[in-house]
Amino acid sequence: MSASTASTIASYTGKKLGSLRSERRWALWTAYASLIVATIIFLAPPFYMLVTSLKSSAEISNLSGNPWIVRAPTLENYMELIANPLFRGFFFNSVIITLCVVAISMVISVLAAFSLARMKFWGSQALATGVFLTYLVPDTLLFIPLYQIVGGLGLLNSIWGLILIYPTLTVPFCTWIMIGYFASIPKELDEAALIDGAGWMQMLTKIFIPVALPGIIAATIFAFTVSWAAFVYPTAFVTTPEHMPLTIGVVSQLIRGDTFAWGQIMAGALMAALPPVVVYAFLMDYYIAGLTAGATKG
Amino acid sequence: MAADGTLVAGAPASAANGRANTMQRFARRRSTIAFLMALPLIALIGGLVVYPAGYAMWLSTLNRRMTANIGLGNFEILLDSDTFWMVIWQSCIFAVGAVIAKALIGFWLAHMLHHIPAKGQRKWRGMLLIPWVIPPALSTLGWWWMFDPSYSSINWILNIFAVPAVPWLGEPWWARFSVILVNVWYGSPFFMIMYLAALKSVPDQLYEAAAIDGATGWQGLRYVTLPMMQNIISITVLFSLIVTFANYDIVRVLTNGGPRDLTQVFASYAFQVGILSGNLPRGAAVSLFMFPVLAVFAFFILRGINRRNREQM
Repeated sequence: MSASTASTIASYTGKKLGSLRSERRWALWTAYASLIVATIIFLAPPFYMLVTSLKSSAEISNLSGNPWIVRAPTLENYMELIANPLFRGFFFNSVIITLCVVAISMVISVLAAFSLARMKFWGSQALATGVFLTYLVPDTLLFIPLYQIVGGLGLLNSIWGLILIYPTLTVPFCTWIMIGYFASIPKELDEAALIDGAGWMQMLTKIFIPVALPGIIAATIFAFTVSWAAFVYPTAFVTTPEHMPLTIGVVSQLIRGDTFAWGQIMAGALMAALPPVVVYAFLMDYYIAGLTAGATKG
Repeated sequence: MAADGTLVAGAPASAANGRANTMQRFARRRSTIAFLMALPLIALIGGLVVYPAGYAMWLSTLNRRMTANIGLGNFEILLDSDTFWMVIWQSCIFAVGAVIAKALIGFWLAHMLHHIPAKGQRKWRGMLLIPWVIPPALSTLGWWWMFDPSYSSINWILNIFAVPAVPWLGEPWWARFSVILVNVWYGSPFFMIMYLAALKSVPDQLYEAAAIDGATGWQGLRYVTLPMMQNIISITVLFSLIVTFANYDIVRVLTNGGPRDLTQVFASYAFQVGILSGNLPRGAAVSLFMFPVLAVFAFFILRGINRRNREQM
């Protein structure tokens, strides 16, 4: 009697476990299937760009056969671009602009975040809210008045105009996430520093910056990717090819007339996209921390 | 803040005397220093965001040559033109369509990622975030080439399945669809990452409790996951609505507003009217039409974030 109940219970739980297990297996299969399909679709455009960039013009214009594979790979497109002084100029401009903008944004936002997170002053709460609201102002809302302002300063068609304006894209978000990181540092640390006689500046450089280093890296990556990828402002403010950064340079200067040099355009776009992708590949966790910090922190 | 008051109170009176003075001086100087530290930020926001916003409003009331004030004339002219109404519609179709698709795809992928063993998640997440990492102006060039009328590689694949060639950028509705498609491709990873972060913050005990009460997977999603993620979902959706509504680069590279201005959104139309045709005041007016919509979204985002902060405290 007791043995039979035990066995029915065992068989019952076994069946239940089995169905649970098969359910879980199904869920796992669905998960992998969706991920594989999504990955193929998400990676198809960059893959196709790579394939095209490795083809010669003759192979690109040959309509017979599969366009997704390359038969005679060649680096000709890349070589031509690297030898092209205009393209090297784009790259150089992008590098200078991005370095300056990252440096400016980090100085402004670390100082401001420190003062907003720790040393309240009259109106600091309103300013913190204002910072977040400015982050929500898209670049396309104000590019026309900014065009007039930059023009008034005589900085149209110059990378300095872009260096002046780009921080509006980067500083609000960097400040916002730095406030979050600074606010999470325990107050005991500053008290200890104050007792030891540290000034505010020392407190910032000796305690806050080292402790909040992950946040600083995340903010730096954000500033870097945003100023590298900025498109609206350079499109509006720069029309002379020699002053263009990469994004608008590749889009507007490599496309000429009716015959598109598709191989070269794709090679240019890929080379231009390389720096952010490399940064992402090596610092993925910081990149993602910066991405999600805006909503989960602060 | 604790640093000034409590320390002094706790210290012996004789020793505290000297320290209290320094502390007080510290406190007095503190707000001045704090203000100075925030000054570059204030200058940046004041000079390059608030001032241009006010300037835009003034600019939009001028005539084309910026010699006379015509009040709301630019807004009247815009609202009278059929093209501008098409722009309004297209912006709404574009933003709403793209954000809904991005939110659904992102939610689905986040869930799928959350369900596979933690060991493999990093690898998949790394690959799936790539569309977000490539500057959109450049990846859109790749899409443009894939949509090319005579060499379209997508049509080549469709051909294998005996689907007739699609005029991706030639027909108005297909062009609208293509613009949304590229935006969805670019933006879904962002939603996925945000939702994944939110999913990971839902405590496992809640699911265990639900499972003990006999909840099915669907019920777990409906009564545990969604309520816990509600706030993040609304913040992400509203944020994406702002960014998508104001999007410029995808339209500029893919269709440049064509065919016949039917894929123009606010930003690209403002660019065409203001910069390319040289009517800056009217371009500013086009941009300003975005302002009320964005302000409403921003208000709700701020409310969501404040509520979230209160919950966490």
